[in-house]
Amino acid sequence: MATTTTTPAAAETATAAKPTTFAAALNTAMSDAMEREASVCVFGEDVGTLGGVFRITDGLTQRFGKGRCFDTPLAESGIAGMAMGMAMNGMRPVIEMQFDAFAYPALEQIFSHIAKTANRSRGRVRLPMVIRIPYGGGVGGVEHHCDSSEAYYAHTPGLKIYTPATVSDAYLMLREAIDSPDPVVFFEPKKLYWTKESVDLSALRTQYESAAEDSTTPAAGVGAEGRAVVVREGTDVSFISYGPSVSTALKAAEAAAEDGISAEVLDLRSIVPFDDAALAATVAKTGRAIVIAEAQGFVSVASEIVARIQERSFHSLSSPVKRVTGFDIPYPSPKLEEHHLPSVDRILDALDELQWED
Amino acid sequence: MTSDTAPGSTEQGSHIRDTSSSFGITPEQYMLPAAQQIRMLGPDGRLIPEEEQGTSPGHEYPIPEDDALLAAYEALVVGRRVNDQNYALVRQGRLAVYPSSHGQEACQVGAALALGDGDWMFPTYRDTVATISRGVDPLEVMVSFRGDWHCGYDPLQYKISAMSTPLTTQLLHAVGVAHAAKLRGEDTVVLAMCGDGATSEGDFHEALNFAAVFEVPVVFFVQNNGYAISVPLSHQTAAPSLAHKAIGYGMAGEQVDGNDMVAVLATLRRAVDLARKNSMPLLLEAITYRMQAHTNADDDSRYRESDEVEQWKQRDPLQRMRTFLTDRGVLDENAETRISGKAEEVAAALRLAMTTEPAMDPLEIFDHVYSAPTAQLREQRAQLADELARNQEG
Repeated sequence: MATTTTTPAAAETATAAKPTTFAAALNTAMSDAMEREASVCVFGEDVGTLGGVFRITDGLTQRFGKGRCFDTPLAESGIAGMAMGMAMNGMRPVIEMQFDAFAYPALEQIFSHIAKTANRSRGRVRLPMVIRIPYGGGVGGVEHHCDSSEAYYAHTPGLKIYTPATVSDAYLMLREAIDSPDPVVFFEPKKLYWTKESVDLSALRTQYESAAEDSTTPAAGVGAEGRAVVVREGTDVSFISYGPSVSTALKAAEAAAEDGISAEVLDLRSIVPFDDAALAATVAKTGRAIVIAEAQGFVSVASEIVARIQERSFHSLSSPVKRVTGFDIPYPSPKLEEHHLPSVDRILDALDELQWED
Repeated sequence: MTSDTAPGSTEQGSHIRDTSSSFGITPEQYMLPAAQQIRMLGPDGRLIPEEEQGTSPGHEYPIPEDDALLAAYEALVVGRRVNDQNYALVRQGRLAVYPSSHGQEACQVGAALALGDGDWMFPTYRDTVATISRGVDPLEVMVSFRGDWHCGYDPLQYKISAMSTPLTTQLLHAVGVAHAAKLRGEDTVVLAMCGDGATSEGDFHEALNFAAVFEVPVVFFVQNNGYAISVPLSHQTAAPSLAHKAIGYGMAGEQVDGNDMVAVLATLRRAVDLARKNSMPLLLEAITYRMQAHTNADDDSRYRESDEVEQWKQRDPLQRMRTFLTDRGVLDENAETRISGKAEEVAAALRLAMTTEPAMDPLEIFDHVYSAPTAQLREQRAQLADELARNQEG
């Protein structure tokens, strides 16, 4: 873990919960990590002077200088490749891919090197780096700005895949990603950037940093890595979800309750590593599952979840498992995206189609 | 900690202006390669007169001292022996594959000897001789070509990246290593190697551009051996030379006779010195030739004439250096005996090692993917362990 310094910011910021955006939580996570550890640096396109097109890196250059948070030439492979070299040489880069689909030029760097270097070198070269990717739709974005690309990365051994669904997790999981000894692809649901929750970031900072100090490997045992969380308890059916779809799943659970069905909602948080135990536990409890994700369903994370339920929890099931995902189409144009994205109605339809009689 | 060593902190291009004015030439004269490739030894190994070496103001390269030249010769002899031993081991089925640098050894040796201990090297799959010339045990390098593991040496210990199989992806890692060092105020120089075909890749462009924009000390060293497997350079580029590409990025480019050990070492040393002193990248193109096929799986008679290979044999880097050093009185019979004895020792060790089956643990395939195996990998490891145990019993 990093050397500890007293963070002046900690004293200044609020000591009690207040409405906080997802974006502010991410921003604070980066500035807290940078404050604590000189090797943490942030770079990408427009992240410096502008503070990022979504303002997630707002103020970091002003606070930490142009050596710690800076703009790069407009080239994603270059950003990822340079970050890997910096990680080889003692830094902890946090890079921003401006949008999901704009990360594709970096895929060779990510798949062939960032994911494989530790294995290639028999563990001698570790790459502590974070690739932040704003992803998903629901924001009226044009083509190339709304992809749910997590399956490509999740299919690649050597990468860890985190995706927070709450403001608290945005802070805690980004801190954890930055401290991870392994490369983490950090998927930020862009439709959540401006959602607010009542959160005390100062308390979260204390919680994270004291937990991290208690453990030699901060990721193990205390964090979100490999740990799904039940965000709503239920007994009749499990909604399995992550990232941008968790809020949809919660709304569907609310609607189902009005019909007298008790739905449990599981937020995966960490797609790699995957929490098989939590998945099995909720399916054992309810006997029914619907997997909800924005990404197109064919050969997706949702497919994997269904396969794992079938392999590990078959005898707990009272019904075939259903999926509510995006259609197998290129992401549609803004005026049509509502028809593509998983909706409460579509989830309730799936709920009706489950087998309810013994 | 705040830090301002990023673009915008110094005036962009000021290093190029300062460097060129220190030579009394314009930035364009400095960035463009000299009118002819830098060459100090004729094809026959005789030192050519200074006025014919291709040098001009700002493009001057002092001949390295005799000790360094003798060390380079020794590395050439050992490197050639390693190339030829490995070629034989492939034919005997002891190695899965070996991309030989036979004919390119001057570039290989120059790359290693131009660097300081704290510097980094980013080699490709054809740069075995460069890695062993920098001190890696040949047996550790051969781990990958024998098929035991993808990389057999510790990149951090030697400051040599794993030999890259994808083309030019490693050049960006080189830029990152240099950038990290620069942010910490260290004067590390990084030598980033690639071939002529690789200059067509997008990451070649991105790496040179990033290096120039961030003003980091990376020497891009292109071994132009004429072919990308079968495709000649004329199909890769319409540029006057690969060295000319440098000016497009705002850096200096130079061309050197890659089969002239003296010129290669002289140009690389100066490039490394300038990169370190002025914190800026440079591009050096060495004109050389791959004397053997791309790998054992390739048939070079399908794309080039044997006449061409014969002509390049007349410019063999090892023979030229031997003639030059003998003429200069640096190499005598004693030294020659000592050096060839050392080369034979290295070859014998390779033969012995490659005829011994390595002890391998199949379960290791799960161990390094993450810093700690995930629950899923622990399950899969247990499955393989169980299969292995049952195979043993059966």
